[in-house]
Amino acid sequence: MSAWEAVVGLEVHAQLRTRTKLFCACPNEFGAPPNTHVCPVCLGLPGALPAPNEAAIDLALRAALALGGEVRERSVFARKSYFYPDLAKGYQISQFALPIIEGGAVPMALEGEARSAALTRIHLEEDAAKNLHVQGETVVDFNRAGTPLIEIVGEPVLRSGAEAEAYLRALREVLVFIGVNDGNLEEGSFRCDANVSIRPKGEERLGTRVELKNINSFRFVRKAIDHEVARQAALRESGGEVVQETRTWDERQERTVAMRGKEEAHDYRYFPDPDLPPLVVDAARLARAEETLPELPAAMRARWVETLGLTAQDAGVLAAHPAIAAYFEAVATGLGEAAGLKPAKAGKKAANFVMAEVLRETATEGVEARFPAAAPEVAALLALVEDGTINGKIAKEVFAKMVATGEPPKTIVEREGLAQVTDTAAIEAVVREVLAANPKQVEQYRGGKTAVLGFFVGQVMKATRGQANPKAVNEILRALLAEG
Amino acid sequence: MSAGRWLDAGVVGAADAVAAGAVTAEALVGEALGRLRSDPHNAVLHVDGEAALEAAQQVDAARAAGEALGPLAGVPVALKDNLCQRGTPTTCASRLLEGWVAPYDAHVVERLRAAGAMLVAKTNMDEFAMGSSNETSAFGPVKNPWDPARAPGGSSGGSAAAVAARLVPGALGSDTGGSVRQPAAFCGLFALKPTYGRVSRYGLVAFASSLDQVGPFARSARDGARLFAAIAGRDGRDATSADAPSADWEGACARGVEGLRVGVPRALLEGASAGVRARIDAALEALKDAGATLVDVTLPHAKHGVSVYYLVAPAEASSNLARFDGVRYGLRVEEGGGLDAMYEATRARFGPEVKRRILLGTYALSAGYYDAYYLRAQKVRTLIRRDYDAAFEACDVVATPTAPTVAFPLGERTDDPLTMYLSDVYTLPASLAGLPAISTPAGLSEGLPTGLQLVGRAFDEATLFAAAGALEKAFGPLPSPVPAGPGEHAGEEGAS
Repeated sequence: MSAWEAVVGLEVHAQLRTRTKLFCACPNEFGAPPNTHVCPVCLGLPGALPAPNEAAIDLALRAALALGGEVRERSVFARKSYFYPDLAKGYQISQFALPIIEGGAVPMALEGEARSAALTRIHLEEDAAKNLHVQGETVVDFNRAGTPLIEIVGEPVLRSGAEAEAYLRALREVLVFIGVNDGNLEEGSFRCDANVSIRPKGEERLGTRVELKNINSFRFVRKAIDHEVARQAALRESGGEVVQETRTWDERQERTVAMRGKEEAHDYRYFPDPDLPPLVVDAARLARAEETLPELPAAMRARWVETLGLTAQDAGVLAAHPAIAAYFEAVATGLGEAAGLKPAKAGKKAANFVMAEVLRETATEGVEARFPAAAPEVAALLALVEDGTINGKIAKEVFAKMVATGEPPKTIVEREGLAQVTDTAAIEAVVREVLAANPKQVEQYRGGKTAVLGFFVGQVMKATRGQANPKAVNEILRALLAEG
Repeated sequence: MSAGRWLDAGVVGAADAVAAGAVTAEALVGEALGRLRSDPHNAVLHVDGEAALEAAQQVDAARAAGEALGPLAGVPVALKDNLCQRGTPTTCASRLLEGWVAPYDAHVVERLRAAGAMLVAKTNMDEFAMGSSNETSAFGPVKNPWDPARAPGGSSGGSAAAVAARLVPGALGSDTGGSVRQPAAFCGLFALKPTYGRVSRYGLVAFASSLDQVGPFARSARDGARLFAAIAGRDGRDATSADAPSADWEGACARGVEGLRVGVPRALLEGASAGVRARIDAALEALKDAGATLVDVTLPHAKHGVSVYYLVAPAEASSNLARFDGVRYGLRVEEGGGLDAMYEATRARFGPEVKRRILLGTYALSAGYYDAYYLRAQKVRTLIRRDYDAAFEACDVVATPTAPTVAFPLGERTDDPLTMYLSDVYTLPASLAGLPAISTPAGLSEGLPTGLQLVGRAFDEATLFAAAGALEKAFGPLPSPVPAGPGEHAGEEGAS
């Protein structure tokens, strides 16, 4: 086994988050009743013609900028011909000889070390419909037909299942953060095929490759590739030859299985689609795409560590989801402004509260997230802690009430009388009462057993229902006990 | 005057009569429906009586209410059966689409409706527009009204025959390599193949996407201009549709040709029959007499037009016709076996000419052959376009015969595809160059019509209309191949 080197290249199909399909005005939306998001164009009716969705092209440009690919000024849509019931026109509109994007790389971390995996190209294409098997019959749902995709073709530079998984996670993170894709593997909006071959270590020439298709989770990608590499190695070692074929991952049997007994040699007869003029992207359009490109997750994490005082680990947690990242930033900024804190201090405090309290009650779905309270309200709550109106413990109670009622923190604090007592005269009165009621402990303190101070603090807090400013209580206690 | 006489008055004549209240749209449509239903030339595949009469009543009601009428209000128009019309069968004269009812309107159909046209019938054609004689139709050939033993030309032979036989004053066809111009020449009509991109292809069942254009048939240039004005213009649903300014094309028909430079590629003219050549010479003389000057031009690569076209068009067709697979609509043949057996049995029902072109095109696009055939053809296509660019330095239009012969006898060329393909020799270069081209009557040769083809600069259809108008003025109208105002349809309304 160790005599072999695995050579893996991934092809990812990522659905673009546009409102409508790539060549018609039908909604690009998952989960509608079958064949309700269809029209003459995506059904491939006689006479229907494709008209490109400019928004899809702009999202592809955004992906190019995020992944460092080079945008071709003039790219060409091509027809890829084959017969299959899920392909309405008998051809798929894709790009072939002249794709919109060439090169680029996926920035990834491998065992903590930053690395990047080169890309061959990224091209635009339309998705096919979906064959469904219902009561022994094959039926077709055309809702997905014509959905915009980018196919991201990676160079064969990955060397294991684990590397492939890291690559995919990093790629998905970037695409999700820039709003290009929703990263949903289960719904098939982020799909992966893997080309796997092996060669003796030190050998340059590539071995016969096997294409692994339809692997719909990160874990399965890793397992499928590792098993496939082992299978090929065992085959070669026992004197066999790897056959070029398409296989898929069988989770139950924990092995890859051939999808078709004999692979037909496909000639897709690509040629430029005469219905679509060359796609021209000028410098101005690329510049506009650059202006709207959101900050990439790696840069965001670095900035948070640098300027917001976060640990790398906390930055990782908060930047795992684009909506959560945006939420955290809003809380940190809001708190900094409201309480006049330096970014590093506000960032740290916002991060602690968001991770400890808010995330527990946050539900994410795709790229969306439902937060228990709006970011400005949470910032306002933390600002109340900073200005001493409430203490940290009360803040948690107020937050729970904010979640339950949807009211702003200030309203809750005022109505429930939760503001800290900082009035020294009022605190002093309570302290005197507590000291008078506990002469024995006063004796002990004055005898040098200063640890009983905590007992007095507890009693005072209890008497004020937690609202007394702990710092003031401490000071007054010490002063009165010293008086003798 | 009877509705029949108004129907014979042409597109503009009929529209004016409806607008003036000389005849009702309902009477005009009724007359047209009567003629269409007893069409002796097999020009018509489907007559849409009920819907057309309803539309006619709406026009009459609108007029009675004093509303403004469209430029084609009340005018019966026939559509080639490869144009989608909502709720109406659209067969492309193929078994594969027999019985298929289009659920949407083509762009040109929407535009005709908006202009007030009465959509009365779908016309016969070569199967999927592949043919030059209308003999590849799955529903039988169309007969030429000038001589029922002869072909009306193709592929829009049904539309041409319907207008020539005066079933309707105007019709739409589609032109991929000459499919409106050659039938117009054979049937003694005016027809225009617009600049590629001038008319939206949305809803035109595709044959060869980089060549297809919808164009009008009429008995005069002015009638053609009225139809053309209705259908021209940018459509966002066709990415190849151009945003070019329109012009007063009807007005251009009366503009004359004073100072017009007519380019004549003498070498090409030798390929035409003596009878056709004589009529072309007469037409060129007439243009000269009207103030035009004749200049010699050369189109050195035009001779490769047939070879280039019969690679490019079948290549695109092989892909465009892949959707007729029996899965979603149209014919499905299941004779047992799996999916592949269904594909094979269904697609076996294409006619022989369609199969020939699918095979040709599939071959030309195959790995290993693509560069030698498709790519090379595209390069020669560029050279043909440059020939025209060079010619237009010296002239404003290029004149040739539309077809090398007059209408040939039905059956004469059906076993000889190459001879059939060569009948498109004059029309193919303009299609490959994407330029506008008309065919306008050049008089009779031995009792049969001939056509002069004029090719213009991109989007300069106006100059072509001017030249056609001038030639009509010089030659006067052709006689009618059918008795004017056929007695059996003269109408019960009586003379007015």
